[in-house]
Amino acid sequence: MTDTVIPILVEGLRKRYGEINALDGLSLRVEHGEIVGLIGPDGAGKTTAMGTVCGLVRPDDGFARVMGLDCREEGQRVKEHIGYMPQRFSLYSDLTVAENLRFFADLFEVSSSERRERQERLMAFSGLAPFLGRRAGALSGGMKQKLALCCTLIHTPDVLILDEPTTGVDVVSRSEFWTILRDLAGEGMALLVSTPYMEEAALFDRLILMHRGRAVASGTPGEVRSRFGQRLLEVTGPGIAKARERIVGLRWPGVDVHRFGDRLHVVHDLEEEDAGIREALARVDVRVGPVEPTIEDTFISLVTHSPEAAG
Amino acid sequence: MKGRGAGMEGVPTASMSAGDVAPGKYAVLVQGLTRRFGDFTAVDGISFSVERGEIFGFLGANGAGKTTAIRMLCGLLAPTEGEAWVDGFPVVAAPEKIKRRIGYMSQRFGLYDDLTIQENVSFTGGIYGLSRREVTERGDLLLERLGLKDYRRRLTSSLPLGFKQRLALGCAVLHSPSVLFLDEPTGGVDPLARRQFWDLIYELADGGTTIFVTTHYMDEAEYCRRVSIMVDGRVVALDSPARLKQQTGAGTMQDVFLQVVGR
Ligand SMILES: Nc1ncnc2c1ncn2[C@@H]1O[C@H](COP(=O)(O)OP(=O)(O)OP(=O)(O)O)[C@@H](O)[C@H]1O
Ligand SMILES: [Mg+2]
Repeated sequence: MTDTVIPILVEGLRKRYGEINALDGLSLRVEHGEIVGLIGPDGAGKTTAMGTVCGLVRPDDGFARVMGLDCREEGQRVKEHIGYMPQRFSLYSDLTVAENLRFFADLFEVSSSERRERQERLMAFSGLAPFLGRRAGALSGGMKQKLALCCTLIHTPDVLILDEPTTGVDVVSRSEFWTILRDLAGEGMALLVSTPYMEEAALFDRLILMHRGRAVASGTPGEVRSRFGQRLLEVTGPGIAKARERIVGLRWPGVDVHRFGDRLHVVHDLEEEDAGIREALARVDVRVGPVEPTIEDTFISLVTHSPEAAG
Repeated sequence: MKGRGAGMEGVPTASMSAGDVAPGKYAVLVQGLTRRFGDFTAVDGISFSVERGEIFGFLGANGAGKTTAIRMLCGLLAPTEGEAWVDGFPVVAAPEKIKRRIGYMSQRFGLYDDLTIQENVSFTGGIYGLSRREVTERGDLLLERLGLKDYRRRLTSSLPLGFKQRLALGCAVLHSPSVLFLDEPTGGVDPLARRQFWDLIYELADGGTTIFVTTHYMDEAEYCRRVSIMVDGRVVALDSPARLKQQTGAGTMQDVFLQVVGR
């Protein structure tokens, strides 16, 4: 592979399904060694975008290129450069874990020496080694997901496209999985990955927040966070349930309360509201203070307040 | 949405008692519950109890045995050893009594993709032996509350994941169960839809329904009154999120989980 070619390049993609604009002018690029995250609400077009890059969906307008090859016209050659894990990867449930791995290694023509080394690494991440002889159908939900990941990662393509690879995967394996992704990027691979876990969003080199078929924010996780255009107060302490009632009870139109586990985030627009919110919470057993927005705050703010979000 | 609550029926007879504890006091009582597949032990002698009206988080590593345990508690899988009571009834001796008292939302939602929303609701009502009137009344109420009323004629397969998930919840609570088992109800669902889903869970819990939920989202673990953490078939930690953090010196449930489960 030459250094000048852009592994994934997408320009002005449009795709309509009946009434729905699944893709509405999406552009993005992923360089060698980069892990780019696609986040966005259900139905934002993430899966359609990935399908287009893989040559499985024909765009109505715009283009997608992988290693300089047009995904629509040269689909077969594009496939040689891509590893793709769809949201619903189908394993062979009657085959064992080992047989599934062998099947995909054969399919991708992985050499036997490379195969051994890879498999060892993947078994260490997934913890599946003790279960090599078990039928895939008898694995737990998360173990199936991890086996699907192992089957995808058994070869080393130039471009890797993973559609919500860590759904149902436990916290420990998620963090180990990210170590593998970093290693692959370190070898020059270009990765486009979607995730519903907002704590993972902070780990990407760059993020694309998709909404209604287009990118509403993109950049490093820090840059995306800086797109949060509102004010934010964090409320912590034993009284957060009461505090939530009080703030909702104010019925101020521009003020939203969100619960994040053991804390509340109060989102508002105007400086004047700050004092009013603090006053409403004065006799509640909580601490109130300004904080930096998280990616989840930004996600929710952009998705619920962007002009195109109306309706 | 109101849970049916305890009621006299739920009070166990002497033959159901488990030593000193009265199973009827708890929504879920588990003693030495074990399940083997061949020579592999998936659930290894777990014991704990869940209070009525509690939101209980049933966490653990992949393959730890959560789904297997839940299937035993729902009377869908026979234990190899041990006992469990749900709403005061023994799961082994009275599985048919259990089924009327619980709602179960499986890891894969268990909806009929080629039926419409309305048909899924009616079909579920039929399974639970609800009258047509009951199905219509309660079904309408639920579809309204879940924001699905305008989509009732839509084919389930055509719905976004967040909608399917709300429909699955609606089907699971159609017969007003007193204990609701949710196995990864929010897997793969975006932050907004998850938030709406948890608002519904709180509403159910406020109405007296006991919630027994698994999740791999650690922010959701914080929503639970108590959580247990399973590793290799055993419950290795059980307490409130605040106490677990205190005990492990961790700042977040994510760190607690990494410490307790970390290989
Ligand atoms: N029918 C079966 N035959 C053999 N082993 C099985 C069978 N069903 C489950 N197991 C094994 O039991 C263990 C526990 O599985 P279970 O589905 O309960 O895990 P879990 O905690 O729900 O995991 P996850 O978080 O991935 O959903 C796994 O090792 C699984 O492979
Ligand atoms: Mg499970």
